[in-house]
Formats: sequence, C-alpha cells, structure tokens
Amino acid sequence: MIMLNGQRADVHAGETVVTVLAHLGLDEDARGVAVAVDGEVVPRDAWASFALGEDARVEVLTAMQGG
Amino acid sequence: MADSLSLPTDSATSDGVSAVNGTVQGQDVLTIAGRSMHSRLLLGTGGFPSLELLAEAIAASGCELVTVALRRIDPSPAHPRGSLLDVLATAGVQLLPNTAGCHTARDALLTARLAREAFATNWIKLEVIGDEDTLLPDAPELLRAAEELVDEGFVVLPYTTDDPVLARRLADIGCAAVMPLGSPIGSGMGIRNQHNITLIREAVDVPVVLDAGIGTASDAALAMELGCDAVMAASAIARAQDPVAMARAMRAAVEAGRLARGAGRIPRRLYATASTSTEGLPEFGG
Repeated sequence: MIMLNGQRADVHAGETVVTVLAHLGLDEDARGVAVAVDGEVVPRDAWASFALGEDARVEVLTAMQGG
Repeated sequence: MADSLSLPTDSATSDGVSAVNGTVQGQDVLTIAGRSMHSRLLLGTGGFPSLELLAEAIAASGCELVTVALRRIDPSPAHPRGSLLDVLATAGVQLLPNTAGCHTARDALLTARLAREAFATNWIKLEVIGDEDTLLPDAPELLRAAEELVDEGFVVLPYTTDDPVLARRLADIGCAAVMPLGSPIGSGMGIRNQHNITLIREAVDVPVVLDAGIGTASDAALAMELGCDAVMAASAIARAQDPVAMARAMRAAVEAGRLARGAGRIPRRLYATASTSTEGLPEFGG
C-alpha cells in the first residue's frame, strides 16, 4: 500500500513520482514543491523515472507560512 | 544589567557601525554568507491572519529575508498553490526556509534537503526542537545537523539557546550566523539574559541574529543595543493587534538600536551627574 502524505493513495507499485503528483493536480513543472520517498529526497529531475515500491511512503511538500 | 550596555565605543564600532553625527552612512549593511542586506530585520511569515496582511507587513518592515516552512501540500482549492510564494516573490524578498517542527537531526537534514529542492536556495534556518512545551533547541542534535548541513554546502543559520559556548561551537563548525533566543518562541518575554547575548556577540565572528522572544519594539532596540547584527521577529508582528503598524515599529526600533549601539551610550551611574556646569553659578545669599 502506497501512502501519500499520510493517506492511502490510489497509486500502484512501479508507477512514478509524476503519477503521484498528478493525483494532487501537480505536474512536473510545479513550483515550490519537493518530494521525499521513504525518507529520501527525490530530486525533480528524477520524478519521471523514480518508480515507487509496494509500500512506498511519499511526502509531497510545499511552502507554508512559518517561523 | 549595569555594564552590559556600557561597552567602550571602540568595541561598539568595531562591528561595522559607521555613525557620523548620529547618521548611519549608506555602507552599513548586514552581510551573511556574502549576501548584503540593508535591512537588519528578518521576518517570520507564520501567524499572519492573511496573505494580504503579510504582504503589507513585509513592505512596512523593509525586511529582505523572510522565513518559510515546508509542509504537506494541501490539495483543496481553499489553499491555492503557490500563493504564499507569489506574495513573497512580488515583495522581492529572499526566502529563508526553516526546519520548524523537527525534533531530530535526521528530520532536520531531510527537511533542509527538501527545502533546497523546493525553493532553489541553500540557505536554511536550522531548528531542532528538544522540548514541546518550551520549544527550546536540542543542542546535541542541533550541532550534529549543523555540521552535516555545512558539509553539504548549506548556508546554515541555527536557532540556538543563548549559551555562548554553544554559539561558538556552531560558528566554529561553519554556520553563517547564529540565532540565539531572547526567550522561548512566541513568548514575547523579550531578552531574559542580556549578559549572554553580549557574550555571544563577543564569542563569534559571524552575524548574531536575535531570534525568538521579541514582544515589542523596545525588545528589538535592546537586541541591537547589545550588539546583535539583526533581529528576527515573527509572532511579535504577526500576532500584534495591528501587524502592519508593529512591522513599522520594529523597523524603526532596529534602526534606532543600531544607531544607539554605534553612537556609544553613556555608562550607567548610581548617582546623578549634572549636565549643566556649576561654573558661574550665582550666589544669592539670604
């Protein structure tokens, strides 16, 4: 089961980070966005090629007011 | 307290204050990691009731460096994407991403790396919190994270306690500035240990940015009088009844404190010293 920002996501193993982003209405050009999978940064240039594992935990983050 | 503000003039001017006839000349800039800024007020973006007020407060504060946090993206239309970044881009300010909410070096490292990806900046305000009630920094985790991030090429501005030894350790490992607290985050308690802030200013060669605890304008002025190079204000402005007016007040206070620091204050004395000469004082008899 792939988790996206703490919730179960309708994404399957083998699909890429770009697919996950599409679930959030984001494309590869999304500004101010960063992605971590299983506690590691997935750089923007790897979004299209990075295939998710079966139990991947994906975090998609952006700017929030703070500090 | 008594002697903390009465440093000799040469000490007060050695950190770059150029005061001539009470006017700071144009070259008085704050430089962090090679970036020069005219404003010595850093603004936190958290807590503003609206983005409109944030934009107005940024303009009123004159700040050039603002913090942002990194959080899970909210796909709901109620939170239009990029709007915060749009506001900050329009304001022309530089982003200082933070690691707010991180409790371990590991989480802070990952957050810093993600912030670098998201915002295309290698600047990071490093926060590693050790206690949920006081939000005080976790010193060992902070040092570990700072060391690693410096190694990875980040410009690291650590939020630290007002411990001069820890501040020196952070500067020694290559942090671009140190950001000691005046008192706990959001407490508005001002600077609880002025001596330690003075000692930190003496202990490090990097800029000292007073962070956390600022409640009102006089706290910011005091920080600058103690020799801090800049002041970071967040809650004090964002949660004031009139954030824009408070932003203006903080700007004036930072400038006033900087000028006063450069001007060299008079020493404190227990007894009065007449400002009018007694020479030529008449004797009226009777």
